[in-house]
Amino acid sequence: MHVEQPILQIKNLSKQYGAGCSNCLQPNARLEKNFCPVCKTVFACKDVSIDLYRGEILGIVGESGSGKSTLMKSLYFDEEVTSGEGYLEDFHNGSLNIFTQSGQQKRYIRNALLGMVYQNPMLGLKMSFSSISNIAEKQIAAGSRHVGNMVNRSNELLNQVNIPLKRSKEPPKNFSGGMQQRVQIAKALSSNPPILLLDEVTTGLDLSVQASVLDLIKTIQRELQISMIVVSHDLAVIRMLADRTIVMLNGQIIEQGLTDQILEDPQHAYTQQLVYSLL
Amino acid sequence: MIQIENLQKEFTIHHLNKTLHAVRDISFTVEKGSFLGIVGKSGSGKSTILKSIYGTYIPKSGAIYYDSETLGKINLVTASPREILHLRKYEIGYVSQFLSVMPRTTALELVEQALLETGVSYEKAHEEAIDTLKHFDLDESLWNNYPNYFSGGEKLRLNIARAVVKKPRLLLLDEPTASLDNASKLKVRESIEKLKHQGTTLIGIFHDLEFMDGLCDEVFTMRKAVVNAYEA
Ligand SMILES: Nc1ncnc2c1ncn2[C@@H]1O[C@H](COP(=O)(O)OP(=O)(O)OP(=O)(O)O)[C@@H](O)[C@H]1O
Ligand SMILES: Nc1ncnc2c1ncn2[C@@H]1O[C@H](COP(=O)(O)OP(=O)(O)O)[C@@H](O)[C@H]1O
Ligand SMILES: [Mg+2]
Ligand SMILES: [Mg+2]
Ligand SMILES: [Zn+2]
Repeated sequence: MHVEQPILQIKNLSKQYGAGCSNCLQPNARLEKNFCPVCKTVFACKDVSIDLYRGEILGIVGESGSGKSTLMKSLYFDEEVTSGEGYLEDFHNGSLNIFTQSGQQKRYIRNALLGMVYQNPMLGLKMSFSSISNIAEKQIAAGSRHVGNMVNRSNELLNQVNIPLKRSKEPPKNFSGGMQQRVQIAKALSSNPPILLLDEVTTGLDLSVQASVLDLIKTIQRELQISMIVVSHDLAVIRMLADRTIVMLNGQIIEQGLTDQILEDPQHAYTQQLVYSLL
Repeated sequence: MIQIENLQKEFTIHHLNKTLHAVRDISFTVEKGSFLGIVGKSGSGKSTILKSIYGTYIPKSGAIYYDSETLGKINLVTASPREILHLRKYEIGYVSQFLSVMPRTTALELVEQALLETGVSYEKAHEEAIDTLKHFDLDESLWNNYPNYFSGGEKLRLNIARAVVKKPRLLLLDEPTASLDNASKLKVRESIEKLKHQGTTLIGIFHDLEFMDGLCDEVFTMRKAVVNAYEA
């Protein structure tokens, strides 16, 4: 087979909160989970390496605090990484580390090459601005200037995520949780990014609403052939969406593989506990 | 087409500190275009073999060589997840007794999608999906319904239709006819014969020896791995 190039490659991404000390900055550090008992530094992500390929959905599971959101926020430049490299095929053919780019370059990557959907819609949307202007905001940030085009594109997206057009001028705060997630998805897609990051996007929604949002995600992936990283602590979500799955614990990747393999033949003790619901 | 050499599979349950030997030292070969039937008592490791070929289980040791049309000869035990996904998409099908459905996806869409992901046009996918559903006598009134509400037999026929529509080079069948009535079984048999005719290689597990009669070129009998019990 032709050697497949990942669309996104993360190498040894680490993110720590705190400066570290002589206890925790040595190879065999004594940590409590991801936490240094001596200096209180949190090692939220440690040496995380990921390849994401075009058109695939990569799942990330792990317990609360395992570093999933930190990883997503680091990728989206909401947080600055402590160390590590990231390469995007669509950014200088993957020849430049995205984490060491200028603020302007990072904004370009974030707005044009990535889309983010947060668990908490308040992080992704201006709740009291109209939905259509929320969507247009990302298009403007990605360089769109033509108002007519932006309105057309926003309406097309709202239609795609099943928000009635007659409600496009309403602010997200008027909407149900499921609708807010739909607006976030529309916004994230508005600049046609090749990669979408989704962090617990169905958590806290009613089951039937969850199902419709998951269905929307699957449909988008199929129709747009977009690559996605889907973070969830819910294995049912991962089973339904992800081709491959990564398991995180205490900031590190402990197991990865085909989703059905992870779920039916988990190798690591922690993954077994997760899958057999022993936690 | 498939060459299995000294395949061993263990399941280790860490929190019980126990290991189960599910498959011990199995070797066999399946020629291109032939049908190998696997029989054996419940728990003898039949499904484990199929799932090891399909990449769902990670064998402990041994090799599974597969002659891929697109990847050349490849050892499925050491193939990367991306390679396995590629093979599942274009070459290897798997049918079990269970249908996994997507919410809000109709029976027709489910079969269409199987083809769409391989890159065929919507028109062609639509046409072939309808042909296949017709072949399996899935009532036309069900095509645009959600399979969650189908009867066991309807689900099974849909499940097989979805795999067969892609005309896989290698088809793995894990008791897909377990709860079918005779008429449906006959349909499945017919369609397996048709696939065989088209050159598909098949490995199938069937309870029903009568069903396998005349269909299989060879039958492989599994004996329970000498020690098939969790060992501390
Ligand atoms: N700004 C911060 N300052 C200090 N520690 C932080 C900060 N943000 C995250 N952490 C810590 O980093 C670790 C990883 O947090 P993160 O939010 O990535 O977890 P998560 O896997 O997304 O969990 P959940 O499933 O609960 O969302 C946690 O121990 C958390 O307390
Ligand atoms: N995912 C699994 N985890 C743990 N044990 C398993 C798993 N799958 C199969 N086994 C065990 O492996 C043995 C062989 O099972 P299986 O291959 O399903 O048998 P068969 O299909 O011949 O009835 C059984 O003892 C079964 O309990
Ligand atoms: Mg989180
Ligand atoms: Mg079985
Ligand atoms: Zn420390």
